[in-house]
Amino acid sequence: MLEKIAYYFEFPIVRYALTVALLVALCASLLGVTLVLKRFSFIGDGLSHVAFGATAVATVTGITNQMIIVIPLTVLSAVLLLRTGQNTKIKGDAVIAMISVGALAVGYMLINMFSQSANIAGDVCSTLFGSTSILTLDKSDVMLCMGLSAVVLCVFVLFYNKIFAVTFDENFSKATGINSEIYNLIIAIITALIIVLAMKLVGSLIISALIIFPAITAMRIFRSFKSVILCSAVISVVCSGTGFFISLLFGTPVGATIVTANIVVFFIFSLISSFSGQKK
Amino acid sequence: MGRQIICRNATLGYEDGIVTEGLDFTVSEGDYLCILGENGSGKSTLIKAFLGLRPQVSGEIEWCGDFSAKEIGYLPQQTSVQRDFPASVREIVLSGCLAKCGLRPFYNKYEKKLAEKTMEKLHINHLANRCYRELSGGQQQRVLLARALCATRKMLLLDEPVTALDPKAQTNLYELIASLNREGITIIMVSHDLNSALKYASHILHIGSKKQLFFGTKTNYLNSSAGLEFIETEGGKNA
Repeated sequence: MLEKIAYYFEFPIVRYALTVALLVALCASLLGVTLVLKRFSFIGDGLSHVAFGATAVATVTGITNQMIIVIPLTVLSAVLLLRTGQNTKIKGDAVIAMISVGALAVGYMLINMFSQSANIAGDVCSTLFGSTSILTLDKSDVMLCMGLSAVVLCVFVLFYNKIFAVTFDENFSKATGINSEIYNLIIAIITALIIVLAMKLVGSLIISALIIFPAITAMRIFRSFKSVILCSAVISVVCSGTGFFISLLFGTPVGATIVTANIVVFFIFSLISSFSGQKK
Repeated sequence: MGRQIICRNATLGYEDGIVTEGLDFTVSEGDYLCILGENGSGKSTLIKAFLGLRPQVSGEIEWCGDFSAKEIGYLPQQTSVQRDFPASVREIVLSGCLAKCGLRPFYNKYEKKLAEKTMEKLHINHLANRCYRELSGGQQQRVLLARALCATRKMLLLDEPVTALDPKAQTNLYELIASLNREGITIIMVSHDLNSALKYASHILHIGSKKQLFFGTKTNYLNSSAGLEFIETEGGKNA
């Protein structure tokens, strides 16, 4: 088995893929805690569908570097989604549902109408489930991913205390003069970035699993914000690595395997938490 | 006794309507002001105005001298998010110091010490590493009070602090707030609880539907028509 892994690792593509998988998992888990606690879990889901639509637009235009279109569109939607969350004219969850399903439909339609590719179903499937695309990463993708992850990590560490305060109690933060809107905006933007990054890894349909599962799992056992964040980062990276190797050895789709690993860990943690009587 | 907030003929409301008008009162250092009023009478809008979050529609709210809206320690009502939030008591109390940080990303020694001292003062230092959501309602309110005290030493604004507490915890919290007031911290409390308002407050502001019914000292309130009527309908104790 080890020889097989060593053999695979002679290919740069496999090393790139592993790097991206670990970085994306790390970033997603950090942000996941905040999103879950702020009741924004579905924003991640909505955004990933937007990213799918944006990818479709990019495919249709035939542009080589799709990120030029996908990143701005997704970030823009993130900002809009957050705004509508505060506006009560249409309920926040309805807006998210509208945007995400709408983007999915329009994206699929565009691809079907204009794509020159011979294998439309395959293209769509890999964008949705990321089944093969992780092994088509090239060096520039990896560089982009490392750059964006570095940005996300820096922002998260530098604003850690502010993110905590704004997540725990927005009203109090506002009252003491903290501009919570800016921090919400920062959270929205880095969520969008992470989703774009992670789309290549797990595909847009199951990406929110990477955001939600590690956070929820960590919260089963840990009781302080810092420990939850650290634990969810560790869980996410470990699951991502494990899932990656399993998919390499057994030929399973990468994204789905990673998510399955997350689900397994979630149940293990739930069991531990109910046995130790810590469950709330 | 310096004045901290002067409110002159202020009208509060949203874009699509006036919530309450004709607010006229002052808050001085060391006061214990209790704001009474039915639901929907504009108490929460007034709180937002105090905090500088939603400016008044007309009239004037003035923060006097070097006192500003940012120096109000705020004890908000609990939100559903907080009830299952994984956070230790220390993390929450420390977050009260955040405004002092400005652009600095981390807390310094002074702020950490302030948090420890405040927890000691409110007798929650033994809970410092406990998880917030596992505490009793009264302990949770103490934690939030400690956080507010980290943000300010001048004025506390409390939004229905005893709701959902059992009677003993209510009394404890009221006594704690009163002792902070005796140390010179101005207290503004929004409350439903007429009896304790009359027991602890020095001043009463009573808001009716769309207008101010009474502002003045507690003694005057007891003799005013607004006060008598309210006491009667509430069936409160005959102070």
